[in-house]
Amino acid sequence: MSFVQVIFYLFAVMMLVAALRVITVRNPVHAALFLVLTFICTSVLWLMLEAEFLAIVLVLVYVGAVMVLFLFVVMLLNINIESLREGFVQYVPVGILIALALFVQMIIIVGPNHFGLQDSVLTIGPNYFAQKNFAYPAPAAAEYSNTEMLGRAIFTDYLYPFEIAAVILLVAIIAAISLALRKRTDTKRQNPAQQIQVRKQDRLRIVKMEAEE
Amino acid sequence: MQYIYLSIVLFSLIGAIIVGLGCSRLSRVAAHSIAITGVAIAFVLSLFVLFNVTLQHAPVYNGSVYQWASLGGLSLEIGFLIDGLTALMITVVSFISLLVHIYTIGYMRDDPGYNRFFSYISMFTFAMLMLVMSNNFLQLFFGWEAVGLASYLLIGFWFKRPTATAAGLKAFLINRVGDFGFILGIAAIFAVSGSLDYQTVFQQAPVIAELNVVGLGDGSGSMLTLICIFLFIGAMGKSAQVPLHIWLPDSMEGPTPISALIHAATMVTAGVFMVARMSPLFEYSETALSFILVIGALTALLMGMVGIVQHDIKRVIAYSTLSQLGYMVVALGASAYSAAIFHLMTHAFFKALLFLAAGSVIIALHHEQDMRRMGGLRKLMPVTYWTCLIGALALIGFPGLSGFYSKDMIIEVVGHSKLWGAGVAEFCVVVGVFVTALYTFRMIFLTFHGQPRFDAHTAAQIKESPHVVTIPLILLAIPSVLVGALTVKPLLFGDLLRNALVVFNIHNTLLKAHPEFHGVISYTFHSLQSPALYLAAAGVFTAWWLYIKQPQWPAKIKTALLPLHHILRRKYWVDEIYQNGIAAGSRALADRLWRFGDAFIIDGIIINGSARLITRGADRLRNVQSGYLFHYAFAMIVGLLLLLGWMYLR
Amino acid sequence: MFAISLAHYLTLAAALFAIGIAGIFINRKNAIVLLMSIELMLLAVNINFVAFSHFLQDSAGQIFVFFILTVAAAEAAIGLAILVVLFRSHRSINVSDLNELKK
Repeated sequence: MSFVQVIFYLFAVMMLVAALRVITVRNPVHAALFLVLTFICTSVLWLMLEAEFLAIVLVLVYVGAVMVLFLFVVMLLNINIESLREGFVQYVPVGILIALALFVQMIIIVGPNHFGLQDSVLTIGPNYFAQKNFAYPAPAAAEYSNTEMLGRAIFTDYLYPFEIAAVILLVAIIAAISLALRKRTDTKRQNPAQQIQVRKQDRLRIVKMEAEE
Repeated sequence: MQYIYLSIVLFSLIGAIIVGLGCSRLSRVAAHSIAITGVAIAFVLSLFVLFNVTLQHAPVYNGSVYQWASLGGLSLEIGFLIDGLTALMITVVSFISLLVHIYTIGYMRDDPGYNRFFSYISMFTFAMLMLVMSNNFLQLFFGWEAVGLASYLLIGFWFKRPTATAAGLKAFLINRVGDFGFILGIAAIFAVSGSLDYQTVFQQAPVIAELNVVGLGDGSGSMLTLICIFLFIGAMGKSAQVPLHIWLPDSMEGPTPISALIHAATMVTAGVFMVARMSPLFEYSETALSFILVIGALTALLMGMVGIVQHDIKRVIAYSTLSQLGYMVVALGASAYSAAIFHLMTHAFFKALLFLAAGSVIIALHHEQDMRRMGGLRKLMPVTYWTCLIGALALIGFPGLSGFYSKDMIIEVVGHSKLWGAGVAEFCVVVGVFVTALYTFRMIFLTFHGQPRFDAHTAAQIKESPHVVTIPLILLAIPSVLVGALTVKPLLFGDLLRNALVVFNIHNTLLKAHPEFHGVISYTFHSLQSPALYLAAAGVFTAWWLYIKQPQWPAKIKTALLPLHHILRRKYWVDEIYQNGIAAGSRALADRLWRFGDAFIIDGIIINGSARLITRGADRLRNVQSGYLFHYAFAMIVGLLLLLGWMYLR
Repeated sequence: MFAISLAHYLTLAAALFAIGIAGIFINRKNAIVLLMSIELMLLAVNINFVAFSHFLQDSAGQIFVFFILTVAAAEAAIGLAILVVLFRSHRSINVSDLNELKK
């Protein structure tokens, strides 16, 4: 077993176990932490696939930002776990059954067979992975930079989708803020719009008076 | 000239609109003044046009005044075609309309609907003028329907009488049957020629004559024959030919001036006018001409015979009108269009005269119409008697009077026709002469001669009608006497109608009957030799014998010939056939359709059924909408499973 | 040499996706774990994209992952914001309490 295989199987198994724990642990905090582990394992696998930039982004953005947000929310809310777990055991068999069915189906349907990477049709069986079924891509050259390649693609061919993605993020920011924002009545605050609209007459009253001797 | 033509139609329309809109506000004098002024202007202008056409030999005017709409290549226009035929028709129409307007002042004096009546008859005049002056089929159809509308309104004028409204409805419905044929004919013309303009269509007639109806073999199914028969079905409705005649006797429910104007002199002759106008088409189809000939002959004889057994004075004249219309149609079938128009004109005068005279009698007797309660009115109403007698003599064809020339000519031309059915037609029209004389003088004798059969109280009140009634009678009596002799030459042998009518030489029965014309006098003497005159004399004598000399005989004859009398009294059961056959049949069919199609399928299954289906379906489906997020997620996952399965199996 | 094939990655991604589905099923009342399960499924999709991108030598797959990450981040942010609002009004994040539209 080569080093590459060892690494792959190690992280693959770790990822699946972590993912299983995500959905089975009682405590949502633990679930979030297991999700972090899943992401980290995935990023290692992506490194093996020469997608270095995405692997880093996954750790930085997902683990660093999104998962922290999850943890925040989980810790912020005082959640009654027991009520959320009722019917858990009852639904486990159904969940496993459907997950298995879906797994088998996806193995059959979404395979290399359909993507021109395949001389003969893959057969499902004990030697599924041993079948020589695709061309291995040559490893990238030493000076190859995945980041540079992505950057070129994003800022040339995919500029327009990129900008749309930016707008979506902006919308998400505004939406999240406006959803979670709570007007508090017990604090004093300024209203800039009202401040700008103020005119002289609103504040100033000129009173004509007879000049007194 | 265009403005003159336009004003002819517009003045009567303006009169109708002013009187109609101001119905309740205008005084009676104002109403009849306005209406009569409008029609009088139309009459004067018509006379001017007639003089222009006859004496000045003005060329045929054919132009459009106004483009109403343009649909693709089709241009819908209002236009006038002024030739001898039109000039003659507008003069006759406006003259009789004018006299009827004047007569109405006296006849309708006590009627609450006085102003409304004037509005209607002015409107009718407008529509009739539009009809005869038209230069295209669309305007013809407009006028056709508008006179039908006026007829409907006026038959049901006394709308509080159920019989009057029923008669109006009947006239409208029967006319609808004819109009259905008429509009099919117009549509067929448009389909084959692509135009509604007379000129264009007539020019294409030889081409159309070559066309065959799709689906029929060659020869028998000429397109032109189909068109002509469709058009003639329209004429059958409007001109009350067998079997679409049943509305005309019932239309006598309307006021008598209307019977004179619409149901004797003008509107019912629209069909005759239309066929004459379409002579360039009809000439190409001998089948259609034969059809016309037979229908006209049947109407002429059978309806005249029904007239013998009627008791209502107006109905006698109505059946006489039917019979005379039959004569005109026979002349059309024999291709003697000018003879038909000639008879149309003379008939317009003397039949209007007869109706107005009958109306004069009716008002004198306080709306009594039954001849069995009349008699001996000769002394009491001399003007009415003499004018009525003139009308009757003109009707039966007394030598020298107008009907003599026209009717005699028709009998002669039918004898020369070589078409299929000409023999039957000749028999019918000749026997018809005897029948005409019999019923006409039966009416005269029963009404004006013999012993009075009304009570003494009524007798004391009877007096001659006022001047507004008698003057139109006299004015109509004059042309009834003279118009035949004066116009026989220009109409039949001159060129007044020559550029309006087309007659092929092989059909030209008129020319065969009279190769040359040597003047009115010799023509009159020539006709003295015909059997028709003696048959008429026999008819008058029979009437005199039965109703003056031996008044008890009619009852005996009646019992002797009871079945025949019954047939005639029941008017050949045509009404009953329509009522029990067509009307009851369609009612039964409609009832079935209602029960099955409407109530069961549409209401039961489509409307209530679909509603019930949706209600029940929704009751079940709403359980799916649990509102729980995980149910929806579950549904999505199941969907994903199914999608993947489908992709695998595909 | 026995390298890691595309089938390995696809199988791995399918397993991850199935775990995400199972997570939705068994944690059907816990909204926050539901969101995490969705993250797992998105991750499985991303693995597929990256793997295909590598084996097809086509950068489009990685670009796509980039955008999916963007959208997933936005979705997570809004989802959590909704969760916070929900908790504020209901004092609970139980999904079975979220059937008010039906009433």
